[in-house]
Amino acid sequence: MKLSRNGLRASAIGALVVSGALVLSACGSDNNNEPTKDGGKTSAAASNIKCDGAKGQLLAAGSSAQKNAMDLWVKNFQAACSGVEVNYQAIGSGGGITKFNQGQVTFAGSDSALKDEEVAESQKICKGGKGVNLPMVGGPIAIGYKLDGVDNLVLDAPTLAKIFDTKITKWNDPAIAKLNPGAKLPDSTIQAFHRSDESGTTQNLGKYLSATAKADWKYDPKTKSWPAPGGQAANGSSGVATAVKDAEGSIGYFELSYATANKISTVSINTGASAPVAATTENASKAIAAAKVKGTGSDLALSLDYTTKAEGAYPLTLVTYEIACDKGNKAETLPTLKAFLNYTASEEGQKVLSDAGYAPLPAEIAAKVREIVPTLS
Amino acid sequence: MATTTPDSPDIRSSRRAKSVGRAGDRVFSGLSRGSGITLLVIMAAIAVFLTYRAVLAISQDSTNFFTTFEWNPAANPPVFGIAVLAFGTVVSSVIAMAIAVPVAIGIALFISHYAPRKLAKPLAYVVDLLAAVPSIIYGLWGAIFLVPYLGGLNMWLDQYLGWTYIFDKSSDGVARNMFTVGILLAIMILPIITNVTREVFLQVPRMHEEAALALGATRWEVIRMSVLPFGRSGIISASMLGLGRALGETMAVAVVLSPSFVLSGHLLDPGGGTFAQNIAAKFNEANEFGRDALIASGLVLFVITLLVNGAARMIIARRKEYSGANA
Repeated sequence: MKLSRNGLRASAIGALVVSGALVLSACGSDNNNEPTKDGGKTSAAASNIKCDGAKGQLLAAGSSAQKNAMDLWVKNFQAACSGVEVNYQAIGSGGGITKFNQGQVTFAGSDSALKDEEVAESQKICKGGKGVNLPMVGGPIAIGYKLDGVDNLVLDAPTLAKIFDTKITKWNDPAIAKLNPGAKLPDSTIQAFHRSDESGTTQNLGKYLSATAKADWKYDPKTKSWPAPGGQAANGSSGVATAVKDAEGSIGYFELSYATANKISTVSINTGASAPVAATTENASKAIAAAKVKGTGSDLALSLDYTTKAEGAYPLTLVTYEIACDKGNKAETLPTLKAFLNYTASEEGQKVLSDAGYAPLPAEIAAKVREIVPTLS
Repeated sequence: MATTTPDSPDIRSSRRAKSVGRAGDRVFSGLSRGSGITLLVIMAAIAVFLTYRAVLAISQDSTNFFTTFEWNPAANPPVFGIAVLAFGTVVSSVIAMAIAVPVAIGIALFISHYAPRKLAKPLAYVVDLLAAVPSIIYGLWGAIFLVPYLGGLNMWLDQYLGWTYIFDKSSDGVARNMFTVGILLAIMILPIITNVTREVFLQVPRMHEEAALALGATRWEVIRMSVLPFGRSGIISASMLGLGRALGETMAVAVVLSPSFVLSGHLLDPGGGTFAQNIAAKFNEANEFGRDALIASGLVLFVITLLVNGAARMIIARRKEYSGANA
């Protein structure tokens, strides 16, 4: 009796360990498995990649928001440069920065620029230098919804803030009706979905809402976990997309590729420009073009202008960075790091992004990144 | 069964005396002693690690760790507390136990005493297989299949049992709530409770049952008079194993629940959270300090699990007269 029970307990502990491992690996997989459209085209582009002495293994980790872009880049880069292995683990921005500052990875991916204390910490790893942010991938955060009979929903920032803060609870609320003249809005409850896990996507939505609708969104814009008490939650962008797809009268936010993959209608945002702006990669690039570089020296941390009223600029946009040392990179990985980032910032590297639902960097910013990468040492 | 009976001192000492000088015995005793010590060292290491990191975090928590309804260690000053998590963990486990234990006993009785042998074997095997399904699979099944189907049940419960407060659905939303989590956990812990309970029921001495039958008892009376009393401590320990799994279940809860840091007794409203779910959801993006805070919450779960197991041991010890050793 006791024997068999202990045996079971041991197997229960074993199961715990296994499920623990599952947790760690499962959480990182924030991808939506959207198949890349053209393997043929990308391998043709691969021939232009300069390998410049790249060799061995390059370890990287971080944001899952850029995972699909990274997968594409890694595939092309490895096809062009034999003997090189780039290993990007999409464990989340926080985890990536932690690993970078512990010297476990050569570069980290992050959806927000390094904080001051993280830069200070990076000086221990970057001998004589510090960690710098290189913008590499942009992308629109789509507001997806499911509402039978309503095709082109238009919302503005204050309305979005009130919907996600559950202050507006009915679809036929006057605020929504005013933005959508002629649309048949039902008298049903709005089911607002947000992320249940911590996420840079949530953080970017919060930054956008507090920049554009300060009066209606009073929460801390820096928080990665959902700050408002109401609404419903789901795990990961894929979870939110599934929930929105399943529930009538629902609304939620996720990277554009999840909306495309699940055929979810997306909201156009009334920014104050002459026409409402749809969530497309092209419109996201226009919004990033309005961003200012707030970093100094080699650091290209951007401050996005969420309040932009430029025609066709989709303001709810996320930029992910690659974080590397400006000086003091390890000699054995430096050539590979430079060759890889050279490729990702190059025109070919940026061109493949829109196929994966991301926004290429505007030419001016991409040019700055291309200037910085060769100076890494 | 005999393994649980403590040897009387003289038998033990004579056995030990005999073993002196025999290499095999010495190696084996060293190995088993080493294994035992290793286990203690591992447990102690876990406790020390958890406590150390937890102290780092809690010492900087600006609010009361036990009563705060918020989780934001990245804020300045950091704010985090486990009130909602502790409540959610206990509530979801209690729901799971309330559903799983009676059903598991039923299945175990059916397999051990009612089912024809041809059916009993495959059925037991299927229950075993249920235990082998990874929890993330249960989670996906729950989120994609169970949640839409439970919407109707939730409405029904709200309509007819809404007066009970706990089944009063006060906000709209799909069934991503504690009640759904409880049902899912019940399904997940069913196999472990069933299997242990079935094993115990099979251990009931044949003589007891035959004696009852000889006195003219029906099959139900046999079960009530000999099987259930004999198996009681086994059922309790099986349930505690299941409870341990329910308390610590991570991925399935994280996928199914719509968590929020609001404490609510309305089981059908989306919201709440559990320790393990919260750790899974927040760990990836958390910074060093945030991870310490999550580890602090893990320490609380560790302590709760220890307390539950301790309580179970006490209950079983009190019912020793029914244990197999005396049969």
